[in-house]
Amino acid sequence: MSSEAKKVLTQPIVDNNPIALQVLGICSALAVTSSMANALVMTLAVVLVTAFSNLFISIIRNHIPSSVRIIVQMAIIASLVIVVDQVLKAFSYQLSKELSVFVGLIITNCIVMGRAEAFAMKEKPGVSFWDGVGNGLGYGFILMTVAFFRELFGFGTLFGIEILPLIQNDGWYQANGLLVLPFSSFFIIGFIIWAIRQWKPEQVEKD
Amino acid sequence: MSSNKETFGKTVGFVFIVCLVCAALVSVSAIQLKPLQVENKLLDQQTKILEASGLLATTDGSSKAIKATFAKLVDAKMIDLDSGDFIEGNPELFDERRNSRDVTKSDKPKDDIAGINRRSKDAVVYLVRNEAGKVETVVLPIVGSGLWDLMYGYVGLEADLNTVRSVVYSDHKETPGLGAEVMNPKWKALWPGKKIYNGAGEVKASLVKGGAKSGDIHGVDALSGATLTSNGVTRTLQFWFGEEGYAPFIAKYRAGGVN
Repeated sequence: MSSEAKKVLTQPIVDNNPIALQVLGICSALAVTSSMANALVMTLAVVLVTAFSNLFISIIRNHIPSSVRIIVQMAIIASLVIVVDQVLKAFSYQLSKELSVFVGLIITNCIVMGRAEAFAMKEKPGVSFWDGVGNGLGYGFILMTVAFFRELFGFGTLFGIEILPLIQNDGWYQANGLLVLPFSSFFIIGFIIWAIRQWKPEQVEKD
Repeated sequence: MSSNKETFGKTVGFVFIVCLVCAALVSVSAIQLKPLQVENKLLDQQTKILEASGLLATTDGSSKAIKATFAKLVDAKMIDLDSGDFIEGNPELFDERRNSRDVTKSDKPKDDIAGINRRSKDAVVYLVRNEAGKVETVVLPIVGSGLWDLMYGYVGLEADLNTVRSVVYSDHKETPGLGAEVMNPKWKALWPGKKIYNGAGEVKASLVKGGAKSGDIHGVDALSGATLTSNGVTRTLQFWFGEEGYAPFIAKYRAGGVN
């Protein structure tokens, strides 16, 4: 892997995170982070869609007429999302029952289209593919972190395995009801952004 | 992006080709994966029915064992809800969700306490036999509004068609941690042995807010923090075991038993 590919792959994880720095894709980050398993599957789905939409768009970038480029990007992204949804239904039915609605909404995830428009339209296919993977992983990193806190303190479990025994199951832990609800992700994402900017002050916007 | 490719014909042609390729990709994947998806759906349904009949624990949980047990012990039959009689029909082709949208195959309940809007005229019941071929459990599908959306599930009744073996929800959109606790094994474990009807034949099974008293043969603890879901479950049971639900079927077969 070339150094450029490595750079586009690792940069979006902390240095240029699509959620924490660019503040894209927040809506789906609220919805699918109630459990680690959901977040993981959503991460994989977004990685696949972003990577392949970047790849295909980059391959045909020199032929796309600029007047219809957005709709062409949308057609490719939407097709990939449908394929991912179908694959999920075929191989992981239980998860698809919970996630189907949100997988469909990957189409409207600004990260996918943002990368297609900002990166894949200018760069070569190989590096675009890795940029898609990197941004998907950056999105997934935030998702998994949020899901970790929400599942651990909201349900007392991680990946469905009991860590903190709940009172309703004869344990001692009183679940935090706030973390069960989607909007609690706002708080957690806020804290993550704060932590990243403490660590890397150059991300703080100038007034 | 030079301007020379911006002619009208070229743009239309390009869009056409992109659409063609995308459409081909989507249709090929949909058709190729269809058999697997249908199988998954069926397996999910069979798993839930076995769970409702208490037989899931006797299998090792693998898809093969579930299918084999289902094929050997479970007998799906169509009934007419109004008369309660068995009718001809292929239960495998029956789709409650599709029927309840079809005005010729469904009607409006007179008293729609379960909030289902339309009720399919037919239903499938699952007769679960023991190794000797005697019906031990009758699994009845139920559906009713929870807080957010319709909740689909199964009630397993013992052969007296009154004693509950289990209440299993298969599909719902209730709040995680609150209404979604209908899936909690602790809550499900409260059901076995409860009676649906009292001596006078009234539907008494319900969720009791604040907790059912010990010795209550009809009531089960309501879900804490989920009053609307709990009410939904109670009303769903009242509807489906009432006159517009399975009551005619149960009345007919209660005395002689189902075979």
